[in-house]
Amino acid sequence: MSLVLNEEQMMLRDSARDFLKGRAPVSHLRGLRDSANADGFSRELWSEMVEMGWPATLVPEKYDGLEYGFTGMGIILEECGRTLTPSPLLCTSMMGAAAIAKAGSKAQREDILSGIASGERLLALACDESPRHAPQKVNTVAVKNGAGFQVSGKKIAVADGHFADMFIVSAKTGNDLSLFLVPADASGVTVEPYQVLDTHFSANVTFDQVEVEESNLLGVLNGGVSTLNYVLDVGRVGVSAELLGIALEAFERTVEYLKERKQFGVAIGSFQALQHRAAHLFAEIEMCKSLVIKALQMLDEQADADAELVSLTKAKLADTAHLATTEAIQMHGGIGMTDDFDIGFFLKRCRILESLFGDHYFHLDRFARERGY
Amino acid sequence: MTDTDSFRKETRDWLEANCPESMRHPYRNEADACWGGRNCSFQSEDQKNWLERMVARGWTVPTWPEKYGGAGLNGEQAKILKEELSRINARPPLESFGISMLGPPLLKFGTGELRQQHLPPIARGEIRWAQGYSEPNAGSDLASLQMRADDMGDHFVVNGSKIWTSYGDLGDWMFCLVRTDFDAKKHEGISFVMFDMATEGVSTRPIKLISGKSPFTETFLENVRVEKNQVIGKINGGWTIAKYLLTHEREMIGGSGASRAGSLPVSKVAIDSLGTENGILTDTVVRADIARFEMDEHCLALTMERARDEVKAGVSLGATASMFKYYGTELNKRRYELLMSVKGQDALDWEGGSNHDGFLPKSWLRSKANSIEGGTSEIQLNIVAKHLLGLPG
Repeated sequence: MSLVLNEEQMMLRDSARDFLKGRAPVSHLRGLRDSANADGFSRELWSEMVEMGWPATLVPEKYDGLEYGFTGMGIILEECGRTLTPSPLLCTSMMGAAAIAKAGSKAQREDILSGIASGERLLALACDESPRHAPQKVNTVAVKNGAGFQVSGKKIAVADGHFADMFIVSAKTGNDLSLFLVPADASGVTVEPYQVLDTHFSANVTFDQVEVEESNLLGVLNGGVSTLNYVLDVGRVGVSAELLGIALEAFERTVEYLKERKQFGVAIGSFQALQHRAAHLFAEIEMCKSLVIKALQMLDEQADADAELVSLTKAKLADTAHLATTEAIQMHGGIGMTDDFDIGFFLKRCRILESLFGDHYFHLDRFARERGY
Repeated sequence: MTDTDSFRKETRDWLEANCPESMRHPYRNEADACWGGRNCSFQSEDQKNWLERMVARGWTVPTWPEKYGGAGLNGEQAKILKEELSRINARPPLESFGISMLGPPLLKFGTGELRQQHLPPIARGEIRWAQGYSEPNAGSDLASLQMRADDMGDHFVVNGSKIWTSYGDLGDWMFCLVRTDFDAKKHEGISFVMFDMATEGVSTRPIKLISGKSPFTETFLENVRVEKNQVIGKINGGWTIAKYLLTHEREMIGGSGASRAGSLPVSKVAIDSLGTENGILTDTVVRADIARFEMDEHCLALTMERARDEVKAGVSLGATASMFKYYGTELNKRRYELLMSVKGQDALDWEGGSNHDGFLPKSWLRSKANSIEGGTSEIQLNIVAKHLLGLPG
């Protein structure tokens, strides 16, 4: 498959870019922060995204979706990275939709997917229990209780957990892992939201003897690992697309600044010390573009994710977006350190996404394992 | 079955029947590479057969027109052929500067007669070409070259010296940059000429390198007659041709950084030398560096594929050859540093059969030239900064 967007995909990219630049540039995120918005995103903006069909991108047509695929979703997320626009697109419209479409029962699909497409249902994946991403380290348990299960445990750093109406929860069922769909308003669920360094929100979620029906099981009993890995891999590719947008925007802003800013009577971009660093960064970002499009196409073409490619993509994007945003600060000099100037927002958002669903080290290790060393 | 599928099947079947088993392994030493030319001596019957069969198929230059010895394949078919060759680890049947460097500018700028004269012998591996670009005082600043060509009406008389001529002592013909106008600005007085290296007045002297080998020569021209019909493009218009050729040279050199059929994966060498425990390489620190390297290697191969797809789709970024040259050569140096570390003491042997006569340390030393030849990494970064980023300069 050609590693180039087709005409329709380019049109989607252009329209997403126009919309986000017009309606939700970086000043939108700044506004949410300054007004201490408790959701961390704008529900008004979300309803406009719904009108454009963005949350329906991955949902099958029979559930009122557009069935437009992962490549389309990635294109939108990349543009959201450029403007740092917060929304439930990653956790609900990409990961949630993929999880239900892949592993959901007929009833779950009917109940949830059209709600995802219409933007009414909001989901969050509750899997981590330790500060560093380690999805296999699970102490949360689900014990058989009559016809259903009783779920107990504590999940931390649940992205979008502060507003989700339903959690996808990983829990031990005996020696194995299973996934459950747990409504946020179920008795025994406690959500503690907190703000993270990029002004987005996250939440710790406690499950205290929460009763769920057998029909809340997502996928097969004791078969949670492969579904969880799939949902995480989908999320990792989505995060990578967003990181690509961040890297590109931070880089382009920096190159513009190198051309404008004068010192010693000349544009600082004429200095070779800065030119070479910018040119190196350009090359790294070109590598990243190839990875993101390849990984998105892979998700569209295969039923299961290619773990090696996903880990390569997430690790490389984390590295490169990190380099792009830290170089952006250094090359902007003093003004880059000020809150009034936008470039610092890119550094902060990047740091969150670098860690989300496994950082560079996590994926380096996973890549090597996949390659048999 | 689509056309693409049937082309793939046809290709696979043909390769299965025609690529000798001994040609399906990475090079173990330099003699494994076949360069053709007037004085070509084949290392084995298989090597000779492999070249002849590929020549007959037009697959030494698959995308060239059939009348010049190619197979006229389109981009998609060429990609399939490349994939199928790499699937069976097939060695290139022919290594050739005629193919990788001279061919593209000759096809683009050469007259019909020049193309007909030079391209078919290149495709058949009959003439080995050498490159006359750098001079002792014109390295990174190539356009300041001083080799002098005096206009004698129907021919030039050329005097001066070139340096870093790859395999200059083994070349049959040379493509060469000469100064034909000493009064014009430095970029505007250069011509691109070709001549037979058997012409009177041409001599070479090997340059011994840190690897102990002499893959480069100095080349001296003393009153050498060069016919005027052997100029590509316009007289004094050679810089355009020179730059166009350089983009292809840089792609070739940069491509050596991407994973290819010619070499074993670093991790495979590491597993064999260091061993694994519970599926993890025993040296976990070197493991991380190998993983980083193999990630970048895969990225580069994917990006080269994407660049070809972009050309096909007509949305190419343009001057990316410098980026690939920079990235690929820096990567290739990392490859050899890792191989040297992984093999430990075994990598240090200079002679002897167990180590193929120091093939690894000699290759490691050779790789240091990758980021110098064809324009240094620093020059490539200058070009990226100026032409792709538009930085002032």
